[in-house]
Amino acid sequence: MLNRLDDMLNFHAQALRLRDQRQQVLASNIANADTPNYKARDFDFRAALSNALQGNPAQGGTTLATTAAGHLRGSTALSTQSFLQYRNPAQGNVDGNTVDVDAERAAFAENAVQYEFNLTRISSQIKSMLAVIQG
Amino acid sequence: MSLFNIFNVAGSAMNAQSQRLNTVASNLANADSATSANGTPYKAKQVVFAATPVGENGATGVQVAGVVEDPSPMKTVYDPKNPLADDKGYVTLPNVNVVEEMVNMISASRSYQSNVEMMNTTKTLLLKTLNLGQ
Repeated sequence: MLNRLDDMLNFHAQALRLRDQRQQVLASNIANADTPNYKARDFDFRAALSNALQGNPAQGGTTLATTAAGHLRGSTALSTQSFLQYRNPAQGNVDGNTVDVDAERAAFAENAVQYEFNLTRISSQIKSMLAVIQG
Repeated sequence: MSLFNIFNVAGSAMNAQSQRLNTVASNLANADSATSANGTPYKAKQVVFAATPVGENGATGVQVAGVVEDPSPMKTVYDPKNPLADDKGYVTLPNVNVVEEMVNMISASRSYQSNVEMMNTTKTLLLKTLNLGQ
């Protein structure tokens, strides 16, 4: 039963986690709008989400091989690194920077709305669960 | 939560942009300083930005890698009455390009604003996350 409750929340919880990560990537792009040779990055949300939903904990991130009990395994919490790609610049820049601030800000705002959407969905799912439990 | 890290990213960018603004102010203020503490005319200064990792999840902030002196040639003005004029009557003035500095100033303040807005959005998202399930 509890497992099902968890499954119900899982989709939006994973999506929320990825939105969280993407927000950070977009924030890095906007922050580095004036940094020479900085290349704007983003990740394929659909691919990252479907990968996360398949229950792949490391999400393609490599883990260290361990041959003895005391070996450190490294962090597997790190997730979207392998999905990170460089943006194709719409207009070249003399200093090698590929950040298009307008596009990044639009993506940032869009991602914020999607994040709120996931939050709202989780909230309403919790509410319906409570309604079922309390009768 | 990566969202918390955005405060560090935006904060580092705001710090860098305000340092750039500081340099612009110094350049504009000294656009006509024909002499300085070491006896030579003021030289325009520019900040150099570099991307720097912040936190552990691949977020990238900004740091000021250094402040360099503008290598462009100094301006010379013919003004034999000036006590700083050389024997041919020319005074060496700073190589500050006022128009360029104004552009720099607007660009820095716009970037600063973007970062402030980014912080505000993130704050809203975090507060909404806190209220999850209520």
